[in-house]
Amino acid sequence: MAGSRRPFTPLRNLNAKIAAVPMILTVLVVFIGCTLWTVVYSFTSSRSLPTLDFVGMDQYVRLFRTSRWTVSLKNLAIFGVLSLSFSLVLGFILAALMDQKIRFENTFRTIFLYPHALSFIVTGLVWQWILTPAYGVQKVVRDLGFETFNFPILTDGRFTIYAIVIAGLWQGTGLVMALMLAGLRNIDDEIWKAARVDGIPAWKTYLFIIIPMMRPVFITTLVIISATIVKVYDLVVALTNGGPGISSEVPAKYVYDLMFSRGNLGQGLAASTIMLTTVLIILVPWALLEFRPRYRKGEASK
Amino acid sequence: MSSSLSSAEPRGGRPKRFLSPTSIMIYSALLVAAIYYLIPLYVMVMTSLKGMPEIRLGNVFSPPVEVTFQPWATAWNSACTGLYCEGIKVGFFNSMKILVPSVIFSIIIASVNGYALSNWRFKGSELFFTALIFGAFIPYQVMLYPLVIITRQLGIFGTLTGVIVIHTIFGMPILTLLFRNYFVSLPPELFKAARVDGAGFWRIFLQIMLPMSLPIFVVAVILQVTGIWNDFLFGVIFAGTKNFPMTVQLNNIVNSTQGVKEYNVNMAATILTGAVPLLVYFFSGKYFVRGIAAGAVKG
Repeated sequence: MAGSRRPFTPLRNLNAKIAAVPMILTVLVVFIGCTLWTVVYSFTSSRSLPTLDFVGMDQYVRLFRTSRWTVSLKNLAIFGVLSLSFSLVLGFILAALMDQKIRFENTFRTIFLYPHALSFIVTGLVWQWILTPAYGVQKVVRDLGFETFNFPILTDGRFTIYAIVIAGLWQGTGLVMALMLAGLRNIDDEIWKAARVDGIPAWKTYLFIIIPMMRPVFITTLVIISATIVKVYDLVVALTNGGPGISSEVPAKYVYDLMFSRGNLGQGLAASTIMLTTVLIILVPWALLEFRPRYRKGEASK
Repeated sequence: MSSSLSSAEPRGGRPKRFLSPTSIMIYSALLVAAIYYLIPLYVMVMTSLKGMPEIRLGNVFSPPVEVTFQPWATAWNSACTGLYCEGIKVGFFNSMKILVPSVIFSIIIASVNGYALSNWRFKGSELFFTALIFGAFIPYQVMLYPLVIITRQLGIFGTLTGVIVIHTIFGMPILTLLFRNYFVSLPPELFKAARVDGAGFWRIFLQIMLPMSLPIFVVAVILQVTGIWNDFLFGVIFAGTKNFPMTVQLNNIVNSTQGVKEYNVNMAATILTGAVPLLVYFFSGKYFVRGIAAGAVKG
């Protein structure tokens, strides 16, 4: 558009504006409006109904004195760190194996990716069954002759969060593999040829040339998985329902329970605001890194 | 690998030799991974085909001695969710009632929106688009309660309409991204020629863009069918007890039954709930991969 001082014409391109009304409403009302509402009301004394009686940081102070919340945060940290590192490493290794001009590539891809089509509820219930001490892994190993074998992953509160990690990895690693494989396929063949001519072994080429080149793929994958990790809810509901006791509680479940079954809105809203803050801590640096320099990269790349 | 029919062999680069030490390592690693991935499916199917006495005797991996389909019938027709014993079929039909309108509405709205954002940009359209994409990262929990208030005010809280509206809203970021990127990738000459010929916003969309974008609609349908079918949170909050989708019913059947747990019925119900997205996945192959990769494509 050349004219720098175009007159204000709201009716220009009217059809496009009509078509964008749902998007504009979603952004303004849901994403901005609802989020602000939650943040504002998290500073009030709301119990079962929202009130505008501001109490400063009280809800947050009480939140971090509640052991169920601190356990939830600790679990999220364990779940997050383990899921992220394992799914990135295993996903990359699987993708690298798939990229060796193998046969049956489609069959393997279908197998690695099908859990991703299943819901967290289905995933959680299957793993609950597989890990049930009386019939599952513990019984299988005992049946093999190791009669004293103990695997109390669902019954001992110290280990339950790892059951959620195992189920989550089963569901999510396939996606990482698919994203990594797409990234590997984008690497120029010339790079491989050059590395081979120079006599660099394959593992070194991966470690020191390919992985650094795939930095953007890694970062995007990292952000996408992190966003789903923070939201983890149905998987826990199906697999352990937070138990035994409060040993496998997570923040999203805390928010839901306090808002909808305990009628303690203020606590739920404060907890969800902390969740939002966590996402922002991940998202903002990424956005600054990824979107800022792109305008300058235009002439630099290629 | 010498072959007497060498003339019939394909020319060009030959696949690596099948039995070199490296390839044995690669294939065995992949095979081990594949077995790990297939175990839950195997366990689900085996358990659902066993009778309860047999389950109590064996472990989750032992195959059924006597195959029975009774658990499947029970799961579908008469498994209990708390008070009612009408089986998982109630949830199945509820999920269908939620799924079909949600998929249709969300795709119509997002495709037109993506088209407007790619070919008919207006002042602020890019800003709103960026906000929409960033909004997709906000945890749902942050927006849940205000949305409950809004839907209650509109009189659609706890109804099918309510949960359909919610699915349409939260499907918008990824679908708009998908459609916008697709329409941007089409040759701009098409659009310009149609403009010169005097076609307007809707005519270009319906007569030029739509016929060219069948593949991306397939991707969108797959993305939405699996996403909405697998939803739990929105269903449990916005649909109302009468309309609980299949995932919610399944969780109620398995996790809140009183008395003796019928593991075979539970696993049959679990397979039935997973069947719809699994079938979509197995029959759509590449399109499914494109759909999930769309989330990773930068706008």
